[in-house]
Amino acid sequence: MKGKRQHEKITKIILYGVLIFISLLMLVPFAWMLSSSLKLDKDVFIVPIQWIPENPQWQNYVKIWTKIPLAKFVLNTAKLTIIVTLLQLFTSSFAAYAFAKLNFHYKNVLFLAYVATIAVPWQVYMVPQFMMMRSFGLNDTHLAIICLQAFSAFGVFMMRQFYQGIPDELCEAARIDGMSEYQIYGKIMLPLAKPALSTLTIFTFVNTWNDFLGPLIYLKTEAKKTLQIGLRMFIGQNSSEYGLIMAASVLSLIPVLIVFLALQKYFVEGIAATGVKG
Amino acid sequence: MAAKRKTVDPAVAEQKLAKLTPRLKDLEARVAAETDSKKRQKLMAQIVTVEEKIKQVKTGERMTRQQKRDLIAYSFIAPNFIGFAVFTLGPVIFAFVLAFLKWDGNTAMEFAALDNFMEMFGNSRFTASFKNTIVYCIATVPMTLAAAIGLAVVLNQKIKGRNFFRTVSFFPYVASLVAVAAVWNMLFSPAKSGPVNMLLYNVFHVAANKLPKWAASKDWVMFTIVLFSVWKNMGYYMVIYLAGLQGINAELYEAASLDGAGSWQKFRYITWPQLQPTTFFVTIILTINCFKVYDIVYMLAGGSNGVINESAIVLVYHIYEEAFRNWNLGYASAVAMVLFLLVLAVTIIQFRGEKKYAN
Repeated sequence: MKGKRQHEKITKIILYGVLIFISLLMLVPFAWMLSSSLKLDKDVFIVPIQWIPENPQWQNYVKIWTKIPLAKFVLNTAKLTIIVTLLQLFTSSFAAYAFAKLNFHYKNVLFLAYVATIAVPWQVYMVPQFMMMRSFGLNDTHLAIICLQAFSAFGVFMMRQFYQGIPDELCEAARIDGMSEYQIYGKIMLPLAKPALSTLTIFTFVNTWNDFLGPLIYLKTEAKKTLQIGLRMFIGQNSSEYGLIMAASVLSLIPVLIVFLALQKYFVEGIAATGVKG
Repeated sequence: MAAKRKTVDPAVAEQKLAKLTPRLKDLEARVAAETDSKKRQKLMAQIVTVEEKIKQVKTGERMTRQQKRDLIAYSFIAPNFIGFAVFTLGPVIFAFVLAFLKWDGNTAMEFAALDNFMEMFGNSRFTASFKNTIVYCIATVPMTLAAAIGLAVVLNQKIKGRNFFRTVSFFPYVASLVAVAAVWNMLFSPAKSGPVNMLLYNVFHVAANKLPKWAASKDWVMFTIVLFSVWKNMGYYMVIYLAGLQGINAELYEAASLDGAGSWQKFRYITWPQLQPTTFFVTIILTINCFKVYDIVYMLAGGSNGVINESAIVLVYHIYEEAFRNWNLGYASAVAMVLFLLVLAVTIIQFRGEKKYAN
């Protein structure tokens, strides 16, 4: 018995050793980012690495706001992210209700249109999509980014799958009680679908906030750029301003970090659910 | 309802009924004669439709019950579907057509037959991007898979701070690419003073002139990109594996323990075979995502103006540069078709596999 216990102890120690090593691998870049954001450019590469700067340069975080229109970028990104997320949540949960709980003509044909496009990556049709948007006069507008992101097939898919898990009898009972379909959607389905809505929220939020290629293609005017494009532009132009680059990077991570920590449970569950079922 | 009712014109109603009643009789006769249950169901559905229409004519209501139901359903779908049809479905169809056209976006389109595809094979940037995309895939998929499954097995143990470790390994996936790529570029700076090179030099005693130049060297750039993408994305696939692990029956492990199996044997003979559907699914998703790679390459190898040279160029970047820098829209769409075919091939394998694992 004693031998076994000792064996277990050793396994535990190895396990923690591995875990700590992995965590370091994951965290060191972020720690380095934070520490460099408080340094002078010339001190960033000094050896040995000073993890806690002796003389923290808090003004990096002040300077960055005037060096590039960071406030404008943040505002643009926040505006786009919020609008896209709201539209996505509303239109997907609405459409998915019909696909999951109602019978109507051409249901299968319409659904097939969604299924067929899921296998086509956005990169395949981004060129014709851009030409179309341009002919609508949407080039270099935020509306283009919104139209691009807000109506994904993914959202409809995910919500439909969730609704299908809710018993039909619930809807039938509500219909007998004289509720209209809109009332059933609003008063019964939506409250039940909170977990799925949270998952969709975090996915859409993170995707839109971090999107790069879409804004890169569409947004040309500096005042309209998003945080990601603006940050990339700044790095391209001032590649040796290490301290400022890192300060801007830290700032760009904060909103995602907050949303992620707040809704992490749903994120993980959402990946697991869509992942295992396919 | 009364408000919606229109006055019934008896002559018109009579006429309609004269048409509908024989149709109903005909259908009923066919149902009686039909033996195949599926066809029977179809006929029954038709009968219901005709009966509703007769009822509609008799009462003079504007719409049948089914039509009303359809209308409600369409009102649910419309907000999403209209946006989807205009901004996704339309461009998808257009993309297939565009691959066979010559167009610069301003002048008229010309039919080009297979010219775009022919042009591709003579273009060294296309061949390089095709090769790099495949190399990237072949290197990234197994490494990410191994890292993800290892991480998942370790994080599935009963240990303190498990949730903390899960959060930590997942965070790089949600963190914005521009920010983490900026750090990565500094950590893997090609200079001797770069932190990673410093580590290699001081701890592993790699000679100063042999220190890798990472993203700045044409031999190391793909390796750097692969390393980065494994680091960034493994947390995502780990979460899928964790869900798969939770689905394994604990009794299997208990039985194996009684038989004296060690940790490795348990992994080899229980975990790995049991996770096969998950591994299959992860491989598919991972491969498709690898084909679509673009932003990672752009950030790490793009330089200040974002131009990528032939040592690191990938398919999506080639599409981007041809479309939005050279305005070769037809050609860019032809390259996009190559990308589509790659993804389609993987998707077909997925459908085959899903049938296998569904049982």
